[in-house]
Amino acid sequence: MSRSTRRGALAAAAVALALTAAACSSAGGGSSTGPTASSSGSGTGSAAFQPQHKGGTLKLVAHAAAGSFDPQVNYTLQYWQLYQSLYDGLLAFKKVGGQESFTVVPDLATAMPKVTNGGKTYTFTLRKGVTFSNGKALTTDDVVASFERIFKVSSPTAGTFYNGIVGADVCLKKPAGCTLPKGVIGDAKTNTVTINLTAADPEFPYKLAVPHASILPKDSPAKDAGTKPLPSTGPYTAASYDPNRELKLVRNPHFKEWSRDADPQGYPDVIDYTFGQTVESEVTAVENGQADWMFDAPPADRLNEIGTKYASQAHVNPLTAFWYATLNVNSAPFNNKLARQAINWAVDRSAVVRLYGGTNLASPACTILPPGFPGHVDSCDYTKGGGTTWKAPDLAKAKALVKQSGTAGQQVGIVVQDDDVNKSIGQYLQSLLTQLGYKATLKPLSANIQFTYIQNTKNKVQLALTSWYQDYPAASDFLNVLFSCASFHPGSDSSINISGFCDKGVDAKMQAAIRTAQTDEQSANQQWGAIDQDVMAQSPVVPLINPKIIDFTSKRLGDYRFSKQFYMLVGQTWVK
Amino acid sequence: MTAAQPSSTAEARRSPGPWRTAAADLSRNRSALAAAVVLLIVVTASLCAPLYAAHIAHTDPFQSHVSGTTVVGGKTVPVLTPSSTGLGLGVTPIGPTWDPAHYFLGADNQGRDVMARLLYGGRTSLFIGFTAAVLTCLVGTAVGVVAGYAGGVVDSVISRVLDVVWAFPVYLLAICLSVVLLTNGLHLGPLTVDAGSLWLPVTIIAAIYVPYIARPLRGQVLVLRNKEFIHAAVGSGAPTPRILRREVLPNVLPTTIVFVPLMTALAMLTESALSFLSVGVQPPDASWGTIIEDGLGLLYTRPAVTIAPGLLIALTTAALNVLGDGVRDALDPGARLRGGV
Repeated sequence: MSRSTRRGALAAAAVALALTAAACSSAGGGSSTGPTASSSGSGTGSAAFQPQHKGGTLKLVAHAAAGSFDPQVNYTLQYWQLYQSLYDGLLAFKKVGGQESFTVVPDLATAMPKVTNGGKTYTFTLRKGVTFSNGKALTTDDVVASFERIFKVSSPTAGTFYNGIVGADVCLKKPAGCTLPKGVIGDAKTNTVTINLTAADPEFPYKLAVPHASILPKDSPAKDAGTKPLPSTGPYTAASYDPNRELKLVRNPHFKEWSRDADPQGYPDVIDYTFGQTVESEVTAVENGQADWMFDAPPADRLNEIGTKYASQAHVNPLTAFWYATLNVNSAPFNNKLARQAINWAVDRSAVVRLYGGTNLASPACTILPPGFPGHVDSCDYTKGGGTTWKAPDLAKAKALVKQSGTAGQQVGIVVQDDDVNKSIGQYLQSLLTQLGYKATLKPLSANIQFTYIQNTKNKVQLALTSWYQDYPAASDFLNVLFSCASFHPGSDSSINISGFCDKGVDAKMQAAIRTAQTDEQSANQQWGAIDQDVMAQSPVVPLINPKIIDFTSKRLGDYRFSKQFYMLVGQTWVK
Repeated sequence: MTAAQPSSTAEARRSPGPWRTAAADLSRNRSALAAAVVLLIVVTASLCAPLYAAHIAHTDPFQSHVSGTTVVGGKTVPVLTPSSTGLGLGVTPIGPTWDPAHYFLGADNQGRDVMARLLYGGRTSLFIGFTAAVLTCLVGTAVGVVAGYAGGVVDSVISRVLDVVWAFPVYLLAICLSVVLLTNGLHLGPLTVDAGSLWLPVTIIAAIYVPYIARPLRGQVLVLRNKEFIHAAVGSGAPTPRILRREVLPNVLPTTIVFVPLMTALAMLTESALSFLSVGVQPPDASWGTIIEDGLGLLYTRPAVTIAPGLLIALTTAALNVLGDGVRDALDPGARLRGGV
């Protein structure tokens, strides 16, 4: 998904899921063994609740709200982070800092599901005694209705994450009357819910642990709830939401902690999220203690100040994400492999790191899978002098390849988002392409439209700057989603394979890796590592950097914890 | 009587004429002269941009130097310095060195020489400002003269069109046009302007200010049309184009000339605003507006990147306005007494 929106992931992920085959082994897919990156300044592991810190108002600020507050509709990091303290699914990512946060644990289910029928049937036993914030008890009917609602509200991932549920194909065609009589079956007597899939999907537990699979009251409207928050089962509930001003979360009076791993009780009594400030004023507000945390990335000219005067309040954490330039393999000049490889040789990743904020905020990228991600293998095909890590660009080689390709002098349009960082990287790329002999022009577009614009082949985008942040910790979420033939939809705004890369051989290897993952995750990850190198050999993209995130918090904010899956655990911080 | 006649003729022969008189008046206006000198310096410096970049600064102001180095006080230092204190967050471009050969005014976030870009930016801003002003004045004068002289339906139609354009807030109209035309450029019959071309902001700015020239000139022509010398020309059977060319235009030309410096200042300000909003001059071209935008992200650490082009815009537009006032006073001394054009 992109940083500000996860919309991009859906189309591609749908493809990934559609291609998934064969049996899967119980819930093993939920725990990741690959990631190793550590978070700085973040607590790890479940900690006992400390009642002396309970109370107070946690003040959050953001430049803008993130649209609908419906957990089955919203697809932004901004609210997915908050939903961790509000909504629950049958499963959840563990609410801890560090590597363990990739672990899937039972949430509204009493235990991990019983997986039968060759990985196609998941059976959950529902917890008893869980009550929504409106006072109604959770039942199996709520679970069934919630899965049907995913399709009724046309959830962004309905056709990608959940299209493998039996009956989903009909629901996708006729969302309004969606029923899943054979797909999701609730049994009130035994308090169980059975989910049947059309094919085994080893990544299904991950998909049940993201907010789109939140369990909501069965009488929730069959349309986007928008700015009217829905009742929640977690420790907080939304008391009011005005996207132009404020979101206010208060304690859910009916919440009783059932699993500290899945949904621990929170510290602050109130979480007050204010919108509408400039990013500069957000920084000042946090410095002055008027706000406890800012959502937006601090502007470049305040980074040094934050890193020196307020170092103890800054938390820098690596992300499983990469920023990259897409090269359109179906139109000139990048339908020529030599021209694509030339760009990979020419780009100075250390320059891009500087433009992003320096070596402590990003590192040069050579591969598609980020370091520490399942399947990642250290390798670097395009670095001067060779080796497994990026060292320096080779401009002479790049110029020779451009000459050899016969593409010099051609027009190249570069499409970027119009914020400072994206635009400055775009300007660098424009300068570089001019050096290589192309006639490069820069087209900055608003972040609201750039991501869909660059996906649509009708816009004839030759080179675009974009980024990809994991939906869940699986190599397929990068490689299969971004580079499979099925992810390429010419003429559509949802064509996440932006380069239009479609190699039958690589595609077959990805399908083989998906099949292997159902029985042997380690072998599958080895296969994904090799596929990463296969894709890079063809150079449909230029990996630029692996970014880090800065959480800038107030002096009084305590118990900062960084989940690799959903970032700072908002409800777990204290202000008292 | 008879003796006085030759004397009067001799005086008439010695009369310098309205243009020479105006030039003499202008040369006696110290404020206008000072403004002209300032403009001359700015224009000359801007024209010398390639010389400065190639032979003094030895840099390409349109190329990124993110990983580049320079020499300050005999030491080689990076153009963009990563923070090495605290958490080591952020990267700061080199500040003013006051050494013309090495980043005199420092670098921007791409590691480009701000001084060299300022000079190149001046060329762009002045080109757009002056060209747009001349275009506006030419078109505005033509439209105003035709509307005022023709009257009737022609005047009504032209006036209503001008009213519609005038009704839009000028910056809003410019932004809307720029956003639309920046995608595919301008294709209007035989007129084609590429999206990235400097002629695009020129055309947009010239178009939006046409009513500001055409309307006052139309009013002037309406008055002229009822003057005896026009009636005499019509009565003598002179064709309309000849009347416009020989009788009307010479009388409105001073007003048009007065407008040129004032419109240049206005056009430069508009161009800067559009470029600041990313809908004017497009990279890699630089204008003072784009340099201000580039410096916005460096306001706390390197304010010179923003302040320098801002000062130049203020200085140049102020000089143009003072010069414009001087030209007006010189061409129409009566206006000085009346307090306006």
